Amino acid sequence: MSQKITDRTGAAGATPGKAEVKGAWVSRRGLLKGAAALGGLAVGGQAVTGFPTVWAQNPITLRQFGTGVSNLNAIAEKCKADLGITLQMTALDSDAVSQRVVTQANSFDIADIEYWICKKVFAAGTLQPMDVAKIKYYDQIVPIFTTGKLTPDSKVAQGTAPNTVGFVEGPDSKTFAPAPTQWMTLIPTIYNADTLGIRPDLVGRPIKNWKDILDPAFKGKTSIINIPSIGIMDAAMICESAGIIKYGDKGNMTKAEIDTTIDFLIKTKKAGQFRAFWKTFDESVNLMASGEVVIQSMWSPAVAAVRSKGVPCVYQPLEEGYRAWGGGLGIARHLKGAQLDAAYEYINWYLSGWVGAYLNRQGYYSAVLSTAEKNMTPDEWAFWMLGQPAKADILSPEGKVMYTAGAVRDGGSFEERMGAVACWNSVMDEDRYMVRRWNEFIAA
Amino acid sequence: MTLSRIVPYLQATPLTLILAAFLVLPIATIVMVSFWDYDSIQIFPAFVFTNYEETITSPVTWSTYLNTLKYAGIVWALTLAIGFWVAYYLAFHIRSATMQMVLFLVCTIPFLTSNIIRMISWIPFLGRNGLLNQTLMTMGVIDQPLEFLLFSDFAVVLAMVHLYTLFMVTPIFNTLMRIDRALIEAARDAGASAFQILTNVIIPLAKPGIAIGSIFVVTLVMGDFITVRFMSGGQSASVGLMMANQIALLQYPAAAANAVILLALVLLMVAAILRIVNIRKEL
Repeated sequence: MSQKITDRTGAAGATPGKAEVKGAWVSRRGLLKGAAALGGLAVGGQAVTGFPTVWAQNPITLRQFGTGVSNLNAIAEKCKADLGITLQMTALDSDAVSQRVVTQANSFDIADIEYWICKKVFAAGTLQPMDVAKIKYYDQIVPIFTTGKLTPDSKVAQGTAPNTVGFVEGPDSKTFAPAPTQWMTLIPTIYNADTLGIRPDLVGRPIKNWKDILDPAFKGKTSIINIPSIGIMDAAMICESAGIIKYGDKGNMTKAEIDTTIDFLIKTKKAGQFRAFWKTFDESVNLMASGEVVIQSMWSPAVAAVRSKGVPCVYQPLEEGYRAWGGGLGIARHLKGAQLDAAYEYINWYLSGWVGAYLNRQGYYSAVLSTAEKNMTPDEWAFWMLGQPAKADILSPEGKVMYTAGAVRDGGSFEERMGAVACWNSVMDEDRYMVRRWNEFIAA
Repeated sequence: MTLSRIVPYLQATPLTLILAAFLVLPIATIVMVSFWDYDSIQIFPAFVFTNYEETITSPVTWSTYLNTLKYAGIVWALTLAIGFWVAYYLAFHIRSATMQMVLFLVCTIPFLTSNIIRMISWIPFLGRNGLLNQTLMTMGVIDQPLEFLLFSDFAVVLAMVHLYTLFMVTPIFNTLMRIDRALIEAARDAGASAFQILTNVIIPLAKPGIAIGSIFVVTLVMGDFITVRFMSGGQSASVGLMMANQIALLQYPAAAANAVILLALVLLMVAAILRIVNIRKEL
């Protein structure tokens, strides 16, 4: 299922065929690297310079799996170089991730999951809560994840807000604590505020609200995501914006609210408003880049991917606010001793700045901002976090130009974007009913 | 005496064991799980009928099954029509055996690539700004792109016909090749027209091949989920897709119940086909 992506000896290249297809990016790198090593182009020289800790003598491997967004090869390489810990990463979609946490508890050491998944799977008891006393940067974690409030006077958004499932009562507890305790379920790593993506060249008018996706002018040119737990939230934002319904809590709808939402979606679908429903990242990119749709649910790296094809695409801020999501690292219940220590060390390293800067440069946000700032140039920080125009070209972590000088980030600063979160991705009490109705919508 | 009675059993043992381990056991497990209960993260051993109740009483199930049967019907008719004529041409109009084999292999060449790639390659071709629409617009045949080409039932059926026609060609070609040519000559000598030869001699003798091809196509279409998902752009449902959704949401018992119902339905269809055509003649 996984591949040692930090292996610089060529062993990784010797068995590239075994690499999981879902980690195609990873395996391609592994293949190239292996080919380079086999070709006698000695990459070994730069490789094993200095392991700072004991893990060099007593090698530790941690098996991490999660969604594609943060399972990044570069992080595994840097982790190996800095800590000597080998990370084996497997990228799966969010459904497969939840299944694996529940059903194959011994197949992983670190789970990189989203908060709504955490709500679903934590009760299975396959993850162990973490002692915040061992988390070095705990005090500096963005308060969204601890108190739920970005600033002391902001409101907690609807849905599965990370702070509501971020803590449990004790080391063996499976019930979530209403306020921060010493035991954290996930250490937040990566989060963002999502909105609709548009083709500014094809919509032909300013887009301001979620309901604009229902404009008859875009008939047959819109799309929403077909992952029920996320799609229903986008649908809720649209319905509320269009004045169809006012929800008590979008993230935890009643049966009647689900019915109203789905009935409206079915009506809209039958009227031919949607072109397609997408499920994977690349489907959304293709729909947008090919002009099949002009306005749709989207994820921020997908917008970057469309733009990198030379096609104009904007991640449009909307008046009603964003739908946010967040992920974090959880430790498997079976970890103990040296492996558990290594897991804590890895998590502390994750928050110590290099990874944060890497994620911020991709347009996501990192959980500890102060350390990330130290690893970014002032211009990068001003562009990504403060919403100021770029003084020089803004490069992706791989060194590709993402924005040219003078550009401003869609949606502006961190506070403007994360401060305008209307709801979080969530799992509802009426989940089973919602999924049944969602299937009805897709089948209609 | 005793040995000769044991030997046939011994000979049948390996196949029995393989089928028991890889066919009977998994299906038995599915049947068992279909009676279990579940919540959003776990499944519990139980004996409840709620999975079947929810499946059968839901109008979604009915419309999904109807939709899947519709695809099966249309695809079956088209693959049969195309498959039969391709096989007929290969068997009766190509004279040399070498050429027949060469052309038959040509038919299989697309199958050297993965069927997902063959399916997905339709998307840039049929899209709003795809090759076909652009060509037609440049030629002045249409002024608006044809929207129905992609993400529609048309696209699903087109891709399925493309993917599954060979499964019809192969068995029909096989039966046509076994038809004794003397029978056709005899029919002609007896004054039959080409059409009468076709309907009275060739088609009846090709029935076993048609039946086998039909079983392939019908079971493939009934179980398909990826073609429906990609080519309809998620706008249509099929039984397989419904199950895939349920599995993705950890609702294994519901998916298992669905699988059992689908299995029963497909077995009934196969039984009906076998009832009409005696394929043993073929074997």
